[in-house]
Amino acid sequence: MIDFLYSQNFINVMFIIIKIIALVVPLLVIVAFLTYAERKVIASVQLRKGPNVVGPFGLLQPLADGLKLFSKETIFPTVSNKIVFLLAPMIAFSLSIAAWAVIPIADGWVISNINVGILYIFAVSSLSVYGIIMAGWASNSKYAFMGALRSAAQMVSYEVSIGLVIITVLVCVGSLNLSDIVYAQKSTWFVFPLFPMFIVFFISALAETNRAPFDLPEDESSLVGGYFTEYSSMLFAMFFLGEYAAMIMMSGMATILFLGGWLAPFNVAILNEIPGFIWFALKTSLMLFIFLWVRATFPRFRYDQLMRIGWKVFLPFSLLWVVLTSGFLITFNLLPVNG
Amino acid sequence: MKKIYRSIWFLFLGELCLGMFLTLKYMFKKPVTINYPFEKGELSPRFRGELALRRYPNGEERCIACKLCEAVCPALAITIESEPREDESRRTTRFDIDMTKCIYCGLCEEACPVDAIVQGPNYEFAKETRSELLYDKAKLLENGDRWESVLSKNIHVDKQFK
Repeated sequence: MIDFLYSQNFINVMFIIIKIIALVVPLLVIVAFLTYAERKVIASVQLRKGPNVVGPFGLLQPLADGLKLFSKETIFPTVSNKIVFLLAPMIAFSLSIAAWAVIPIADGWVISNINVGILYIFAVSSLSVYGIIMAGWASNSKYAFMGALRSAAQMVSYEVSIGLVIITVLVCVGSLNLSDIVYAQKSTWFVFPLFPMFIVFFISALAETNRAPFDLPEDESSLVGGYFTEYSSMLFAMFFLGEYAAMIMMSGMATILFLGGWLAPFNVAILNEIPGFIWFALKTSLMLFIFLWVRATFPRFRYDQLMRIGWKVFLPFSLLWVVLTSGFLITFNLLPVNG
Repeated sequence: MKKIYRSIWFLFLGELCLGMFLTLKYMFKKPVTINYPFEKGELSPRFRGELALRRYPNGEERCIACKLCEAVCPALAITIESEPREDESRRTTRFDIDMTKCIYCGLCEEACPVDAIVQGPNYEFAKETRSELLYDKAKLLENGDRWESVLSKNIHVDKQFK
């Protein structure tokens, strides 16, 4: 036993666990404060003040909300499938946290620097639809079921165009490793040459994370609460945290793919002095702000409009850009050469 | 040409950008919120709030038991009983208002020939039980005494429009 405690394996495992805790705990705090930020941003757009009673400027509001959800009763509908009902939020939550394993927050600050990082993120974020489908099916309620169906169809549709956008970036980088993608943007961020792709990625990310104006799966006006209609207390909170963690993850992805990750803008010497994770946090916050800004601005899409945009506009458009970009790179012999 | 212009506008998400900039503009405007329990909105002198019975400055109650308010009240919220006092002036012995029936129309105030029954500026009289909202004469007179300074000012301000 003592031998094991001193062995290199044990130390490695402990080190990884510490890294995971150091990532997940701040992430959950950020998720909590993102809900606060959302309420403040929407309030200021609507000329309201937003939460301002709990703590200075209402900063403790997310803690109060969390406490409320913790202390509430978990209700299982009598007709629900209890095990799946319980499992669904856990899957949705843990998957949206798991995707963070490969995201480099600063140079080398990544839990697992695997070479297929982007595929991993893609796989994990596609899996999160299972949590939603399970929730909708296990609730045994028409609203939850409709919400789950909508969500599944929507996520599958928009994943196609997100995939094509990612391919466009990948042909410019020549690597699936997220850190390599950031290194490749040392001279120019991809947002400048690939600006239309950035817009397509952002809009698809809205649909992928079920955010307004594509929040049809949780459409209050027609589906009560969508797939989490029947959920209450901590199970509901897990869906909520999962959704917001996915939102932050998508913003982080946009930062890495298009905004140069942890790199300082324009490679200026003074700005390079600022540590990388601050740049990453700033760019991700900017993306998150745009998420909230869009939510405050646009009304919800109709479902057929959503599908039309996904399949008839974004898919051909991003496909065209994949062809254009790779054609450009081949014609001018600019294809990245990686060892 | 117009078609080309419109398709460019569509391609660059023109409408969406316009909307986004509108909301951005609003984001920097001052919020219109009034922090209610700490700040309160301005009230008109005609504001129709909690009912009150007023007195003359010498302490005599104004109400002469003409029962016009009882007759005009569309919600039948007012009940008045009266008999002559020892000094032979007509005064009410009972003046009950059921505040759960009152619809705050202000007709009693308009009907009153002596400005006895008035609707004051107080709107924070939510109670926990129904019986607390069945006001009797003592409660109404107490309301009048408490709000007299505001009530007389409001009546004075509003007089020129009547």
